[in-house]
Amino acid sequence: MAEESSDRTPAPRADVCVVGAGPAGAIVAARLAEAGHDVVVLDAGPRFDLADREAQLDAHLRPGVNGLWDMGGERDAYATDGPRDYPLNAARVKGVGGSTLHWQGMVMRLHERDFELRSRHSVGTDWPIDYADLRPYYAAAERELGVAGADDNPFAPPREEPFPLPAFPPSHSDAIFAEACESLGLPTHSVPNARNSEPYDGAAGCAGYGTCKPVCPSGAKYTAERHIARAEAAGARVIDRAPVQRLVHDDAGRRVEAAVYATPDGTEHRQAARSVVLACGGVENVRLLLLSDSEAYPDGLANSSGLVGRHFMDHCFAGAGGRIDRPTRQNHVGFNTTECHALYDGTDPLPGVKLEFLNYAGPSPVTQALGADDWGDALLDDLRDAYGTHLAVGGLVEQFPNAENRITLDRSTTDDHGNPVPKVRWSVGPRTRAAIERANEVQVAVLEELGAEVDWVVGPDATGPAFHHMGTTRMGTDPAESVVAPDCRTHDLDNLWIAGSSVFPTGGAMNPTLTIAALSCRLADRLDGWL
Amino acid sequence: MDLTRRDAVAALAATGGAVAVGRAFLDSPSTESAAADAAVPENALASLVAVAEVVYPDAATGVGDFVETYVAGRVADDDARRAGVVETAAALDATARDWFETPLTDLDPETLDGMLRDLRVDVSDPDPDGGLPGRVRFYVVNELLYAFYASPTGGRLVGIENPAGHPGGVESYRQAEMSSETEDDG
Repeated sequence: MAEESSDRTPAPRADVCVVGAGPAGAIVAARLAEAGHDVVVLDAGPRFDLADREAQLDAHLRPGVNGLWDMGGERDAYATDGPRDYPLNAARVKGVGGSTLHWQGMVMRLHERDFELRSRHSVGTDWPIDYADLRPYYAAAERELGVAGADDNPFAPPREEPFPLPAFPPSHSDAIFAEACESLGLPTHSVPNARNSEPYDGAAGCAGYGTCKPVCPSGAKYTAERHIARAEAAGARVIDRAPVQRLVHDDAGRRVEAAVYATPDGTEHRQAARSVVLACGGVENVRLLLLSDSEAYPDGLANSSGLVGRHFMDHCFAGAGGRIDRPTRQNHVGFNTTECHALYDGTDPLPGVKLEFLNYAGPSPVTQALGADDWGDALLDDLRDAYGTHLAVGGLVEQFPNAENRITLDRSTTDDHGNPVPKVRWSVGPRTRAAIERANEVQVAVLEELGAEVDWVVGPDATGPAFHHMGTTRMGTDPAESVVAPDCRTHDLDNLWIAGSSVFPTGGAMNPTLTIAALSCRLADRLDGWL
Repeated sequence: MDLTRRDAVAALAATGGAVAVGRAFLDSPSTESAAADAAVPENALASLVAVAEVVYPDAATGVGDFVETYVAGRVADDDARRAGVVETAAALDATARDWFETPLTDLDPETLDGMLRDLRVDVSDPDPDGGLPGRVRFYVVNELLYAFYASPTGGRLVGIENPAGHPGGVESYRQAEMSSETEDDG
């Protein structure tokens, strides 16, 4: 953990108070601070010191070392009550950088169909904005994150300029997959990565540690720490270990007046601000609104629609793996370089499916060695047997919004400040299950085309979430049907804005962070104009 | 496969912070570098080398210099790790003296292997704060296996020149075959 900030008192004046120092909030903070506004950022977690990243790599690779990102305990208590368990604390990081500290860094644009599901297919809902509205902000977001990519995806929506950085070239195993995919009519293409293929914006190029998720010691993987640094350089005040307890509004119930936050010494402070941007993720955004209930908003702040917390969505993993009779050269790097979006825009299945060709199939020798119950020559023999010929195809599958999947408060359990903890109810519906099965069919077909012996399949029963929290403060034009307006400002309060994937009306099957960043760029423009 | 101090420095690269010490040790004219010697007592290093001779495959030679350089670098800036390694090595040596009435470093590899298995180090979860088997697994066996298999040195024996934890660059993942050992492993 970085050196303690000594002063956690409020700023005397703030144009904007941003709650949450992950990518959604950090980008807003940086752009508004650079535009000359007085910005304060509050985050519940600590600053993690860049000098500790190698030690964190140890914590990841070596069993018996704890505390990679310090998630868990009373601060992060939660409950689940749905048909599926939801491992919430594996799915997020609290601290400066937020969940980009442990993310993998895949950054695709949503496709045009993602904004128009209701119109095109009579499912889900339409976004109140379309791809064309977001397109210039996607380009801005790619520059903000330093995306390495290539314009080689025949299924991707139109783009107007090259990626900021060249794509990482395909892996050896990508070349193996490409043969099979070509014969099955599945074009493959590069993966846009928020990871420096060469030095960019003061950060190093990828060093190949192979541990991107959950920690990049080289600094080549984008984390929102970069935008927090930019915000601070432009004069923003960033206060860590300052969990916001509630938002307080004026008598009329039209404006948030202040964010009340706690500090490690037990003191509560009140940060007044002309505007507030809520950016603490699809779970904590909801929790903070519900904790801020009042006479004017008995069901939670900004919750006149009753939809705060509803329509919680994630992406479901589908995958298959096996072994072939030749070297596959896995586990050199921890990121992927080839995908296939061929199944994404059609109707078989209707939910979006994105296929990923993994560069880290099968065991990593060092991880296997540290957990083995043998050593010497016997261990080396085991490692040689286990390594070298694995292949795997993963994928993300879309969930359509379902109001019963939701975040609420568990009033029977409280956190370290006595606040009720979040409760997650998550299920996987029949359409998603069928789409996962379809993804599995294609994944197994690719492996069998290569003559692989398929030894695992993750299907609808074994699927799990990809840790993308979406939909819980959805965007729309009708205040009865949505929480925020198309500019990401809440319908109920004039100066309360929400950044992040909680505003997504639908989630597609693309990793959400590029869209989060694009919406934050757009929100910053709108808020700048409002201020 | 002859392990060298250069291999140890490559292994240290995976742990980042101690690389400078490792390089200083590598560049020093003799093994009596003050920076390295001060870190871990000679008897503890000798115990670690003896265990390494057991847990490393027979193909590994030059284990002494590799382990001494690696351990010196690993603990240079980490007092807690140094204390854990030294205390655990001492406890293991005390066990050898108790069971066999001889220092651990005088045990033949078969006897030491049997002692570690009788202690159930092979099947214990590594635990820096646990009982002796968990601590030996954490501070001694896994420290040694990490040095070996998170470096190109051990990785190559398995078939991977850029194992997880080693900053070996972004070329090897694209290659159909393992590069020759004379090429830079990053």
